[in-house]
Amino acid sequence: MGGRPVTAGDRGAEGGGLRARLIVERAAFRLSVDLEAAPGEVVALLGPNGAGKTTALRALAGLAALGEGGSIDLDGEPLHTLPAERRPIGVVFQDYLLFPHLSALDNVAFGPRCRGVPKAEARRRAAALLDRVGLAGHAAARPRQLSGGQAQRVALARALAVRPRLLLLDEPLAALDAHTRLEIRSELRRHLAGFDGATVLVTHDALDAMVLADRLVVIENGAVVQQGPPAEVARRPQTDYVARLVGLNLYRGTADGHLVTVGDVVFSVAERLSGPAFVAFSPAAVALYRSRPDGTPRNLWRCRIEGLEPHGDGIRVHLEGPPSVAADVTPAAVVDLDLGRGQEVWAVVKATETHAYPA
Amino acid sequence: MFPTRLTRRVTAVAVAAVLVAGCGSTGSGDAGASAASGSAASAGKPLTVFAAASLTETFTTLGATFEAAHPGTKVTFNFGSSATLAQQITQGAPADVFAAASPATMKTVTDAGLAAGTPATFVRNRLEIALPPGNPAKIDELKDLADPKVKVALCAAQVPCGAAAVKALDAARLKVTPVTLEQDVKATLTKVELGEVDAALVYRTDVLAAGGKVKGVDFPEAAQAINDYPVAALSKAPQPELARQFVDLVLSPQGLDVLTAAGFESP
Amino acid sequence: MRTRPGEAGPVRGPVPWALAVPAVAGVAFLVLPLAGLLVRAPWATLPRRLAEPQVLEALRLSLVTATVATLVCLVLGVPLAWLLARAEFPGRRLLRALITVPLVLPPVVGGVALLLVLGRRGLVGQWLDSAFGVSLPFTTAGVVVAEAFVAMPFLVISVEGAMRGADRRYEEAAATLGASRWTVFRRVTLPLITPGVLAGAVLCWARALGEFGATITFAGNFPGRTQTMPLAVYLALETEPDAAVVLSLVLLAVSVAILAALRERWVGGP
Repeated sequence: MGGRPVTAGDRGAEGGGLRARLIVERAAFRLSVDLEAAPGEVVALLGPNGAGKTTALRALAGLAALGEGGSIDLDGEPLHTLPAERRPIGVVFQDYLLFPHLSALDNVAFGPRCRGVPKAEARRRAAALLDRVGLAGHAAARPRQLSGGQAQRVALARALAVRPRLLLLDEPLAALDAHTRLEIRSELRRHLAGFDGATVLVTHDALDAMVLADRLVVIENGAVVQQGPPAEVARRPQTDYVARLVGLNLYRGTADGHLVTVGDVVFSVAERLSGPAFVAFSPAAVALYRSRPDGTPRNLWRCRIEGLEPHGDGIRVHLEGPPSVAADVTPAAVVDLDLGRGQEVWAVVKATETHAYPA
Repeated sequence: MFPTRLTRRVTAVAVAAVLVAGCGSTGSGDAGASAASGSAASAGKPLTVFAAASLTETFTTLGATFEAAHPGTKVTFNFGSSATLAQQITQGAPADVFAAASPATMKTVTDAGLAAGTPATFVRNRLEIALPPGNPAKIDELKDLADPKVKVALCAAQVPCGAAAVKALDAARLKVTPVTLEQDVKATLTKVELGEVDAALVYRTDVLAAGGKVKGVDFPEAAQAINDYPVAALSKAPQPELARQFVDLVLSPQGLDVLTAAGFESP
Repeated sequence: MRTRPGEAGPVRGPVPWALAVPAVAGVAFLVLPLAGLLVRAPWATLPRRLAEPQVLEALRLSLVTATVATLVCLVLGVPLAWLLARAEFPGRRLLRALITVPLVLPPVVGGVALLLVLGRRGLVGQWLDSAFGVSLPFTTAGVVVAEAFVAMPFLVISVEGAMRGADRRYEEAAATLGASRWTVFRRVTLPLITPGVLAGAVLCWARALGEFGATITFAGNFPGRTQTMPLAVYLALETEPDAAVVLSLVLLAVSVAILAALRERWVGGP
């Protein structure tokens, strides 16, 4: 499955931005991903560990060689023929990789210096960028003296300092703690919005992808499995991975009118469909009962509790089916129902909270 | 706290070891000798001969002769700089016989009371000018060595061949500035063989031993700097009887024949 | 990557006996010969011997030649280490094995080998002599050549190890910023492995300072020109063992003092 390249007509009609066919051959692994990003667009490469996200990013940066048939064009010019140091790109690495022996200012000025900008001009440009990311006061600090969030901002400034046409970010928020992450995420969003080149962002975190990207490209096992605007992907996951990622229960069944049959369970849904279809609903839409509730036999099945874990303000209950399901309940409900591991319960989903679409 | 304790322990071990080493150095002769006699019992009758490096070829021949005449006896040699050998002996090395290239080095051993009887001079050695193949600097006689353009190698004055060279040059009233003062006669000869120097003063025996690789030139002043080679059985020899017999062989007409064939002169 | 848990630092808790006993034995093994020198040193004659011009001359020559040899090794050895650690080419394993030859070769043999190549009639030496009138044997430059030959593997091996241990992703980051391989080497690789280079240089310097066999064979022995401390010690041993002990102690004291000072200044270790 080679993914579904978005047609050029959608955006960047003049051939601006990035168009890449990334093919990388490894022992027991093959990456084959078509990727496009218009100028000003932020594309998130989303996928589980080992899916090939970072390999794709390294191929774009020139740090991994492209295989037979691979190509990268940026603003109509071939990029894959150039070595890493000649590509008009900026990269923010996962651990930032700030040079430990250089000050923040010299880290940012490093790129312009390498690209022939005179020293004074490079330092002026670096100082302006540090100011833009709010670190004017830390210009002389060594990377080891910076907090995680500060280091991330220096790394971004360093990548932008070379005035790239393509910005690559590898898990830009992964190394930060939850609180800093929230702050840096919105800040990063602001900076990305102000960047007029194409941006490719690699992450395994759905929230980062949803907040930062204009479009998601989900890859698994080296191939694109789904792509589209974040809201669309979240609403209509195509694989288990995507569903779990966006926090939805997802089942594949057979639709007949307003009914979708998944194994022994019949879901009644708002949409009218026929043939293979997905049913998706949020864990919050699942209610649990100790004894079989009265009424409709639809949207109802018996499960065993596999585990409980805190989730936000509530408790997420993992239930073993078939079909298996995740349910979010309040701590009070756990006490009232005396829920515990191994307990048998009934799961019920409201028809109005399910979402069905063709598979 | 722990490091302090460890440090103290290390210091204790070190001090103890130093004390042991200190005691050992005064009485080490006995320790070495008894260790050697222990091994002698198990390995038959080994005879250990310490001899100057210039005796390597001749003494190896004599060793074979000795073994043939004394079935069951194994002669092992330690060839080296006479001064080093003398030091090893005074530090307790288990040697039976010492043959030195100079009376001075033998004196170190006799002064320590380690020679059995008076050392006897068994051969003498005479200096020659050694020239590399082709004689590029066109040297005919000793005074040519005083030419500053000529590269000369001498032995360092601390070793017997160097002391002899100083004596010979003094006798000739020549001032020679060498490019190097080598640590022993073989090293000096190597510099000639490789053509790195134009001339060197070495023993006649070394010129002969080098075969055709260097050319030797006699000079009269060498007579003023003849080197005596003394030999002695050692008082703490693990094999005193065999040691005496080996010294006898070296001093015998048969021994002298082997030595003079190699270029040594009879005393 | 800014904080690495468990990096360096002393271990806590008691040292296991299985480590402590051999470690203490190791210390004794290394330190006792030094103790032997100290015990046997003729302290009374020490000041007089130190004042001898020959001693100071040999000491000065030793320090100068070991330092110059270390610089030569740095200039040639660091790029060589880079080649071994970073470049891909056929025969790299063989090259690495060849580089350790001076470690295995008895130094005297190394000296003879140098004579055969750089001597007046050597493969390269005769051409140097006829074309430039340059002859290395028996000169101070010859001492530097002999010391550099013997000491260079120490530098190359430690620098290569440091390069292999360094995080290559910094070099990749530099490449994406537009740095050529040379710029990456100069501005990223080298600063990152500075401790390794310094450690290698110290080893190299120490080895050069103690060099005897190759030096006396290739450069000969002449006071003030090629007689370094180890040569002076060796010859003193022939006639005056006491003097040899004094000279050894002087060499030891000076080198230990210099290394300790360097460590304070550069490595900043405990």
